Amino acid sequence: MNRDRTVLMKGNEAIAESAIRAGCGAYFGYPITPQNELIAWMACHMPESNRIFIQAESELAAINMVYGAAGTGIRTMTSSSSPGISLKQEGISYAAGADLPCVYVNMVRGGPGLGSIAPAQSDYFQSTRGGGHGDYHVLVLAPKSVQEAADLTYLAFDLADKWRMPAMILGDGLIGQMMESIILPEYKEPALLPVKSEWSVGHMNQTHRKPHRITSIILDPEELERKIRSRYERYKKIETEEIRFEEKNCEEADVILIAYGTAARVCQSAQQSAAGQGIKAGLFRPITLWPFPYAQLEQISQKGKPILVVEMSMGQMIEDVQLSVHDKVPVNLLSHAGGVIPTEEEVFERLRSIVFGGTK
Amino acid sequence: MKRGKITIDSERCKGCYLCVRACPMHLLTTGTSVNSTGIFPVVFLEKPDTNSGACIACGSCYEVCPDTAIEVYEQKGGGK
Amino acid sequence: MKKIYAHPESLIKVQTKYCAGCGHGVVHRIIAELVDEMSLREKTIITNPVGCAIWADLYFNFDSVQPAHGRTPAAASAIKRILNDHLVICYQGDGDLAAIGMAETIHAANRGERFTTIFINNAIYGMTGGQMAPTTLIHQKTATAPLGRDPEFPAGMGYPIKVLEMLRTLQGTTYLARGATDTAAHVRQLETYIRTAFEAQMAGYGSSMVEVLSPCPTNWGVSPVQAVDIIADKMIPYYPLGEIKNTLPDTFRKKKEGGAL
Repeated sequence: MNRDRTVLMKGNEAIAESAIRAGCGAYFGYPITPQNELIAWMACHMPESNRIFIQAESELAAINMVYGAAGTGIRTMTSSSSPGISLKQEGISYAAGADLPCVYVNMVRGGPGLGSIAPAQSDYFQSTRGGGHGDYHVLVLAPKSVQEAADLTYLAFDLADKWRMPAMILGDGLIGQMMESIILPEYKEPALLPVKSEWSVGHMNQTHRKPHRITSIILDPEELERKIRSRYERYKKIETEEIRFEEKNCEEADVILIAYGTAARVCQSAQQSAAGQGIKAGLFRPITLWPFPYAQLEQISQKGKPILVVEMSMGQMIEDVQLSVHDKVPVNLLSHAGGVIPTEEEVFERLRSIVFGGTK
Repeated sequence: MKRGKITIDSERCKGCYLCVRACPMHLLTTGTSVNSTGIFPVVFLEKPDTNSGACIACGSCYEVCPDTAIEVYEQKGGGK
Repeated sequence: MKKIYAHPESLIKVQTKYCAGCGHGVVHRIIAELVDEMSLREKTIITNPVGCAIWADLYFNFDSVQPAHGRTPAAASAIKRILNDHLVICYQGDGDLAAIGMAETIHAANRGERFTTIFINNAIYGMTGGQMAPTTLIHQKTATAPLGRDPEFPAGMGYPIKVLEMLRTLQGTTYLARGATDTAAHVRQLETYIRTAFEAQMAGYGSSMVEVLSPCPTNWGVSPVQAVDIIADKMIPYYPLGEIKNTLPDTFRKKKEGGAL
């Protein structure tokens, strides 16, 4: 282990520090529980390295500062939690419509409305089905640990730049608050950051080029359709190249657990307890929620084993699971809402009843 | 007194006639033929610069024109 | 003959989508003249709003960024902080600036952000067909106040907002001026205000805003000539012209008077 880079950190802080190391040059945020440590870290460390930090007047302002910053080509980011992410949806739609790379973080809390400050997974639809208006997608990365939160944040900047679109980290209050030992990523050399001058604004004087216009309005319907379709061609490529997931013991399993983020951590423990009791439970954990690993799940369903989806919501990812398996196998749901976290014992009991009788 | 003249891009003139109102020498007026957008663009009543009612290159028309359809020329050697 | 008033290089020579007699065109030209005069065409960025000036990016020969409605100052804040040697112009109408974007307007001003806001005040919402704006005058008829703006309850439509006078109280504001486009003399005076604001920005001062009383013949339901008379008769008495606030340091003024900045 590289002792210089191994630290004990809170998830929120790990995400912030990882973003700085990934070359994030501008952060704009607004306080909201449970991600306040992220903005606080940025408030401390961005000015230290002459980077831009603004505590904006609202989440609306923050995402539009991100929009402006992204137009200049700088790596830029904002963060919030569920109600604040709702506020940002228009800005995210604009960023998608203007093909602007940017990163945003949602540390999900119980909703709807002001809800609770405890962790939840009830923003899955909002994240994977657009969230804002119009036909578009954002890249959705779902970490399960502080290490993964740091790694996926680092990756998010690369993916956002590569595909010219918003990328989000879908965490939850538990991941944001818990402390784990992690290895921080290397500082990215500024000279190695992607060059975006073929579309970004600023420095016209360097190349005497024509003006660049960052905008999302196209009034001619046919022209707008062409633009959207070409964007979806890009999305198609992403769906083949950028899927990420973790799969453990699904091959020989009697039942397949499907979960992401904190719910997956609970399932990991339940999987181990189950093994101790002779129940072979596999765990399939999507890491990219968009693009979603439909094909990979479909493969797994061909074994004919029942599925148990564990979600901290009333059942949102389960719809993508159902789309993957086409009714080939029974798909069960263990759900909690409002910030309640399922327990290892609960999951284990459900696994038992699925495998040994009663429930299919 | 400065002396000068103006040119009007009659295709970009939208016929708002603010320049007609602004010209202190009353040298601008509605034309009698339409441009390709159906507007009667403004025309400049050029007068010889010895005429005391001639254009004084004040630029008022240029300042008020929302379409920057007017350019203003000054007679070289014209006194202040 | 020497050409003394010419089409600026920073303004693209196309017919604009703006109505005949609209004030946008005059202000666009003034901005372009100043950008040419200051040799900043390749170091200028405009953030344009939602509203009639959604089209402004088509008419300037420099970079532009068009954000969500009302958030223009937020985007401009980020852009100016990142490209702080560029001239950043935040161009807005009365809905973008004083209704949906009021929080962004106040907070950017309060932070002393160093871009310059050009606030086009035509006391109505143009693009969407003439609805009431925060700056609509009392008794002025609009699509959403067909009997005229009535601040009394039960209508409760509020009063026209004097944005510059309100922002004057914020310590972060340095230069706030109000001009109009109704006469050639006022246009020239307006140009001096915008020039001061741009020069202040490039010298590192913030925040600066120039409000422009601008005609909207189409939605006021009058001819362009009648519209500029309305500015003189109705708007200027309520929204006084002049430098509402100028706390630029004496050294800045002396430098301006003394020669090149």
